[in-house]
Amino acid sequence: MAPIDRRDFLQLAGIGGAVFASGLAGAASAADDFYFVQLSDTHWGFEGPPNPDAKGTLRKAVDAVNALKQTPDFVIFTGDLTHTTDDAQERRRRMAEFRDIVGAIKVKTVRFIPGEHDASLDRGAAFQEFFGPTHYTFDHRGVHFIVLDNVSDPGASIGDAQLAWLAADLQRQAKDARIVVFTHRPLFDLYPQWDWATRDGARAVDLLMPHSNVTVFYGHIHQEHHHMTGHIAHHSAKSLIFPLPVAGSQPKRTPLPWDPAQPYRGLGFREVEAETKSASYAITELPITAA
Amino acid sequence: MDAIIGRRALLGAAGALALGSWAAFALAQPRERVIKIVARKFSFSPAEIQLKKGEPVVLEFTTLDVMMGFKATDFGVRTDIVPGQTSRLRITPDKAGHFAFNCDVFCGSGHEDMGGTLIVSG
Repeated sequence: MAPIDRRDFLQLAGIGGAVFASGLAGAASAADDFYFVQLSDTHWGFEGPPNPDAKGTLRKAVDAVNALKQTPDFVIFTGDLTHTTDDAQERRRRMAEFRDIVGAIKVKTVRFIPGEHDASLDRGAAFQEFFGPTHYTFDHRGVHFIVLDNVSDPGASIGDAQLAWLAADLQRQAKDARIVVFTHRPLFDLYPQWDWATRDGARAVDLLMPHSNVTVFYGHIHQEHHHMTGHIAHHSAKSLIFPLPVAGSQPKRTPLPWDPAQPYRGLGFREVEAETKSASYAITELPITAA
Repeated sequence: MDAIIGRRALLGAAGALALGSWAAFALAQPRERVIKIVARKFSFSPAEIQLKKGEPVVLEFTTLDVMMGFKATDFGVRTDIVPGQTSRLRITPDKAGHFAFNCDVFCGSGHEDMGGTLIVSG
């Protein structure tokens, strides 16, 4: 297992020092820089031709995270931890297995948010039993993180109550506060024909808009995608089960086929380096490899 | 008396005019075709819905099992489809072509495949 490590690369390339020195002049020093790892859409419990190694891919991802040379400050899974099932007992069995597997991650803080496969059929009941609240905030090294739940409602709404909670939370933040939002579905209409949207996502974006330093990380669409709504950047992550096609590129959103010549192609996870002075986020995509 | 007769005649004439206006109004209204669509896990039947540009239709939805949704993004319409109820959507397509529709209420492991096509002739 030899995943590409961004920090190693930066150091080898001789530019790492420049990155970290750049923050020394500001109020937020380079010492405040940190990085986290985002993994998404593991769909534990899925079986089928799009991933013949469905039972092994998540473990490979755990090994890859553990092989990172520098331990991330935290790891976050942005939803669809499990593949959905109508059987409430089976859902809990999948969540228990998932929790056991990711329990091997050697990072102190591992956070979770739900996807529709985890939460939409029981309005988040099982997810909350295993992983806690479906929406919450936390602060880390000067960044305010907000987790939004746009999946416990099977109709993909955030809902009035959670939006009021978001508004109240944002009111406590300075207009130039560094804010990162984690959610599962895109908050903008990426491609509603494939259910790649949040019904009231525009209301959340409207609430975030007065804040000048907001970045959104999400999952759901099983591929990397980058989009701006005004000054707010939205970055989707790859999946760890199968990639999906580019929006509208084929009639149906069927998974891209597994390629035996290039196993795990299109799968992966990412490092996100928070550079606090510039309030920017350097994203490095990392692959899953067979070894 | 003349005045009364005159008034009745006036009312009768007004009534006839009103009836005539109603009949003309009713005749002027395009007839709304009703298309029944049945949802079930994880399909719509029919999955291809033939429409005509400019022709108003009523799409009438029922579900055989769980709650579903119908969304036709290109025409800006959607509805919930609730078990035991009939949902109706009036739509007058303003463009011709093939337009995807989908279920926008997560309904289980085949939800992602649940959709169809509005085929609007010109």
